[in-house]
Amino acid sequence: MRIIACLFIAFLSANASAAPHGDELYARHCSSCHGNDGKGGVGVPLALPSFLDSVSDEYLQKTIRQGRPGRIMPAFDVLSDAQLTAVVKHLRSWSDKPAPKEDNSVIKGNAKKGKVLFAKYCMQCHGEDGSGGKGTGVTFSRKRDLPIIAPALNNAGFLASATDVMLRDTITYGREGTPMTSMLVAGLTETDIDDIVSYIRSMEEAAERSKQALNGNGSDSPVIMVDSPYDLDETVANLKQAITDQNFTLIRTEYLEHGLVEEGKENKKQVALHFCNFGFLFKALSVDPRVGMFLPCRVTVIENDGKVQVSTINPKRLGKLFNNHELDEYCDEMYEVYSTLLEDATL
Amino acid sequence: MKAITRNILVLVLSSVATVLHAGDMLMVRTQQKFPEAMLTLQTSVKEHGYAITRVQRIDIGLTGMGYETDKYRVVFVGKPEEIQYLIGKYPVLAAYMPPQISIFAEEGDTVLVTANPIIYAEMITDESDRVIFQRWESDVYSVFDDIREADE
Ligand code: HEC
Ligand code: HEC
Repeated sequence: MRIIACLFIAFLSANASAAPHGDELYARHCSSCHGNDGKGGVGVPLALPSFLDSVSDEYLQKTIRQGRPGRIMPAFDVLSDAQLTAVVKHLRSWSDKPAPKEDNSVIKGNAKKGKVLFAKYCMQCHGEDGSGGKGTGVTFSRKRDLPIIAPALNNAGFLASATDVMLRDTITYGREGTPMTSMLVAGLTETDIDDIVSYIRSMEEAAERSKQALNGNGSDSPVIMVDSPYDLDETVANLKQAITDQNFTLIRTEYLEHGLVEEGKENKKQVALHFCNFGFLFKALSVDPRVGMFLPCRVTVIENDGKVQVSTINPKRLGKLFNNHELDEYCDEMYEVYSTLLEDATL
Repeated sequence: MKAITRNILVLVLSSVATVLHAGDMLMVRTQQKFPEAMLTLQTSVKEHGYAITRVQRIDIGLTGMGYETDKYRVVFVGKPEEIQYLIGKYPVLAAYMPPQISIFAEEGDTVLVTANPIIYAEMITDESDRVIFQRWESDVYSVFDDIREADE
């Protein structure tokens, strides 16, 4: 008997070391946004029993695989199926109850009536067209005691993951511990809720289109680059003028190799101009603190075989890394700024 | 955009439609306070053989202009020979070099973010140089592991 027990334990531990560790995967891939203990951050809280007990493993798996296009939550196609299962198991460790089974029954309500009800009962948090609250999660350069921001419902990733029954149950019972309260308690009937489910489902086509649009315009070049007809010094002088003309503050001009090689030994044919517009920067950082990744603003000037080239990063292209719709307007604006600078300095 | 701008933009690269992957942006959260997290970062970066070429204090600039903000720095890192070699061979990479890591306070935690260096490999033409970015990528993962492990 004892031998069997030992063998059994040996088998268990061998198995454990072969299987992916959900807690480690979570720490690596999820905790930066959802918090180490699932209490939320840039992402919504995941460690809520009211959430976990109302969604199936399939919902969690699809959500992780598909992400939420334009709403920061990335699509985790990097995880293997075994890893995905392990992550979901880790999420499950935050609740004692077993996961509900996925129920694919179709709910047929009246979407037109649902739309009217949505405007009355849901819009103030989930946005006019279901595009979610401004910002995401619980802390995105906000105080932690502020309420959780309502997720986008008109989102291809969400709609592909949620079944009609999951939508109905979430609306019916709400999620204890969040601003999402029971709509049955709020006075809606079961028929009303079915109508709303159908209305949310009707957002699917538009959601898919906007997801395609997100992926489609990824064809921009990573850099904006122009040849300058002037020599290096003249080009740098022109850029300084253009930076001031655009109401940016020039922080400093230095050799690109500054700090990389001994002072005085830098390649004098490679120059970087750093500049900033603090008002703009502040606004962009409040929308998404990660944008600091490409700060401060910078133009590089390089002379190669007598040819002078001026370049900047392409904010439109880089913007895609953030998967954050709200940043789009800032990226477009920076794109215009950079393009104009390069144009003015090389005319 | 003005027509003239469109004309002078030299889009030197072949265009590939890209889909956002989870691994394109790397992030880590630590329960260390900002100064400790910064120290862990600097130590780990150096242990991996990279130089820190500059620490840009974003918050100081903002606060100086009257925008109240929490601690925020951008750390530029690189190996001199590699950066020189890459910019010499691919001027198009200059705008991205040396690579940078953002580090900022979020309440009591500290969050670090960087672009996965492998995305720069898109700008090279000689595939044999890809190994450089692959090494950078595995080094960032390793540095971020150090930061996470410092919590324990
Ligand atoms: C007071 C603000 C508020 C109102 C009003 C509100 N919600 Fe919510 N809703 C939220 C928040 C916040 C969440 C996220 C809860 C969480 O963290 O799990 C949420 C979650 C949801 C979810 C799950 C989304 C997901 O990503 O899992 C659905 C579906 C939903 N709400 C539908 C509705 C509908 C339909 C209505 C109107 C009948 C409504 N909500 C009214 C704030 C609100
Ligand atoms: C870059 C930040 C980020 C990362 C990394 C991230 N998420 Fe999310 N996640 C979010 C945001 C933001 C939302 C809410 C989207 C919204 O508000 O519309 C979300 C939503 C979710 C939801 C839906 C919750 C609900 O109420 O329906 C699940 C489940 C989830 N994430 C799991 C994960 C897991 C598991 C990982 C790691 C494998 C992960 N996330 C990594 C930001 C992130």
